[in-house]
Amino acid sequence: MSTLLALARIRAARQGRAEPLRQVRHYHLVDEPLVLVTAAMAGEAAAPLACMVGTDRHRPVLLTVSQPRNRDQQQAFYAQLAAVVLPYIRRRENALQQLPTHTGKAARQRCADAPQLIVANRATVEHLRLVGRSLRFQGSREPGTTQAPVALLGRWLTFFTEQADYPGSCLLLPMTRQLAAHWASGQSALEDESLAALLAWIEPPSGLSGAEAALRTENPVEFPPAGPATDPTFDLVELEPRMRAHRHALAAGDHTSANRSAAKLERALDAQLRPTWNQLWSALALLRAIPPAARCARRWDDDRDQFTRHSLHLMHGGPPQPVHDHPVEAARRLAALERASHMFEDEQALDDPFVLAERRAAGAAFAGIVISREPDRQARSPKGRRVLRPRFTVRTDDPPPLTRDQDLLNPHRPRATARIHQITHEQSGTHLIIMEITSGMGTPSRPAADAVPELGERVCYTASPSQWAQPEFPSRDQTPWTHSHPVPPAPARDLDPHDADPA
Amino acid sequence: MNPTVNSTTAARLDALRGGQPPVNHTARTLVGLSANPGCSRRALLDACGADKGKVARQAGYPWPFGQSPFALSRGNAFERQVKEHGGARLLALLRESLGLPIEQVAYIPLESVGDNANRELRYRRTRQVLAHAARGGSSPGILYDHPMLRLAVGGQLVYLEPDVIAFKIGDKFHVVEIKSFPVIDRQADGTQVAAATRQAAVYVIALRELFADAGLDPDLVAASIFLVTPKNFGNTPIATLIDARKQIAMMTTQLARMDRIETLVKLLPAQVSFDLAVDAAGVARRPQAQLAGDLRQVPARYRPECLDHCELAGLCRAEARQDDSLDVYGPGVADVLGGIGTAQTALALAEGQRIPSADQTDVARALRHAERLRTELAAGAELAGGAA
Repeated sequence: MSTLLALARIRAARQGRAEPLRQVRHYHLVDEPLVLVTAAMAGEAAAPLACMVGTDRHRPVLLTVSQPRNRDQQQAFYAQLAAVVLPYIRRRENALQQLPTHTGKAARQRCADAPQLIVANRATVEHLRLVGRSLRFQGSREPGTTQAPVALLGRWLTFFTEQADYPGSCLLLPMTRQLAAHWASGQSALEDESLAALLAWIEPPSGLSGAEAALRTENPVEFPPAGPATDPTFDLVELEPRMRAHRHALAAGDHTSANRSAAKLERALDAQLRPTWNQLWSALALLRAIPPAARCARRWDDDRDQFTRHSLHLMHGGPPQPVHDHPVEAARRLAALERASHMFEDEQALDDPFVLAERRAAGAAFAGIVISREPDRQARSPKGRRVLRPRFTVRTDDPPPLTRDQDLLNPHRPRATARIHQITHEQSGTHLIIMEITSGMGTPSRPAADAVPELGERVCYTASPSQWAQPEFPSRDQTPWTHSHPVPPAPARDLDPHDADPA
Repeated sequence: MNPTVNSTTAARLDALRGGQPPVNHTARTLVGLSANPGCSRRALLDACGADKGKVARQAGYPWPFGQSPFALSRGNAFERQVKEHGGARLLALLRESLGLPIEQVAYIPLESVGDNANRELRYRRTRQVLAHAARGGSSPGILYDHPMLRLAVGGQLVYLEPDVIAFKIGDKFHVVEIKSFPVIDRQADGTQVAAATRQAAVYVIALRELFADAGLDPDLVAASIFLVTPKNFGNTPIATLIDARKQIAMMTTQLARMDRIETLVKLLPAQVSFDLAVDAAGVARRPQAQLAGDLRQVPARYRPECLDHCELAGLCRAEARQDDSLDVYGPGVADVLGGIGTAQTALALAEGQRIPSADQTDVARALRHAERLRTELAAGAELAGGAA
């Protein structure tokens, strides 16, 4: 956390209202996201209780289970969920865009749009991860047979939850994280995990401070938890007796009263999920009101590529995601995660003066005034050619940057990258930083007009996102022994999600 | 009662509760002690056996805590299933999944002694049976179901009931803890494993105390524990051997700290009390504010994580907010603004209205810089707003 962020939380508490942290929205929002609120049975690994799902605020689909430990009912529940989620995905799989050849990359196709799942919090993401794991190995995997919808749902949920690990990815968004990224509340990060509390800070009802409004949301009767965990008192007072009544009625063959208790159960679950459902849509409206960042679109292109790739993988009969990554896959995933994390941070700083200020507070960027410049300075390249290497000096009040061997970019002159050549400390506490332009400066005969900032110009430099290239991985036969299996991994026997005896 | 706490302290601790009976400590509440070891308020209330939930409610800050009946029944069902057929399943599990040389096994349920389930009686019976086995040398393997252990904590004797104690595996007694949270693809939730291990560590300490009492070597108790959990999404149990040395050391320190509660008690003003007595109409005899005031006499160390494991959290949070403490914002903020106690000070330093003390120089510089950036941003936003 930066000092700026710490200060923002204190200010938020002082003014009784969340403090905006971003000028623009850094997450792409589609026109028609699929919103999901889930409730799971306490004490079970991933037993569904209920789910409210849909793309229309006014017409949610409510799915419930009256006996969550019953495997048949679980299957029926997931089949119903698949009937909502899969068509939503399929509509986006079918509209393809043709991409022309581009800098060495072959022509390819990309889905024109991608699905976007919106859930309340990170706990729901983790729950969906488990659900995905429990479903994706189900059923026949014989080549040529079609995959059962429930297993397909499991594979897609696994895909979405894996993508949610990548910073900047927008395929599955936990709302609390989105809101906390764009607003600082006057409470702790731990309390920010409650959607209702965070919304209370961002838009407190009139007459209440953020702290007072957030306090009200801690009453589980008025503000049921956003899931997947339910309120223990609700379990005890409402859920348990109704489930028992339903079970007994069924056992006694009394279908009228079984239906009646099932309907009561459904109403109780509806009342638990609906407040969160409404909060999610209000939160979405809040986010939509913030103008999108320029580089959002590029990241959404990446998301659509990932979606297209997985869709093709499924279409070609590829296997489900393994339980554990092969070492090479793990290395690739790690590299991709690191790259996504760097790119997202650097891109946000270029798009948003608020993020840039945070970086300056943390010593990862600096701003100052150009006090001297050598736009015509030349040097010899390693090959002996004369090259243009302009230099200029910036005086800054900011703490000196911590990293020196990075390509830096000025958001206002984004075509030229520069590196720090030298930093000197001045008596007054300021620093002189000599910068050297390393790309985008043109040649000695044709210098680029706008590469070197003017004298007296106010400049700001932050890490350039383009330096995070995809790392090259060796081919399979060149892979060192540390990352290769002595034998190809055998299809694990424990892939059956329910592992023998369902008691 | 407890040799390590002298009688005046014990009497004072008793008096603190007023006429209320002490709440029973369990391994779970003892583990709670290790959650925030620096908090004197919690340590004192736990040591005197006050019902923190009731105290918080009567002081005007109820804090909802509870376990779902579904979680409880699932936990019980899984434990029953693991232990069924005289522990045969548990034995097979310990034998097969861990490759342990356990041959014959006796299964001794210690859940009740005759009809009398008195805890002290059960403890004595457990001690007798375990000491006998320990002295017996080459006796066959035994699984003890629900033995009763005893531990002196603060001024109280705490009775503890582990799920199973297994003897002998490599000549040692092992604590077996049965939990119903799943291990999926060989991975379990870290917090749950940590809590279960600490709980088992408390049993190890109590079991060692039992052997020491009986004049036997406490090292007969293994420092590693068995955790039995369901595998993946089903009910098949798997056993994992966990090295609990670190947790045992930590819990030993915590428990010793409870015994040093005297120092805390001595500092306490004489009139402080957590009496919850009600009159005939069921109305609390002491006004809410008085009880809350007395609680405030004992220093707390509020952290947002307290909200997850302490019944007093609501009260302490309100107090921290009232005191303008930076603790309400969590460790992130407190770390960045190290050396500063209140939000007021932080803001005054940021705005340059306060001269930093020697140890605040660096933080103050960072704060002033951040404040300058904030002003710049505000000006920029105005500019952007004006242009649009």
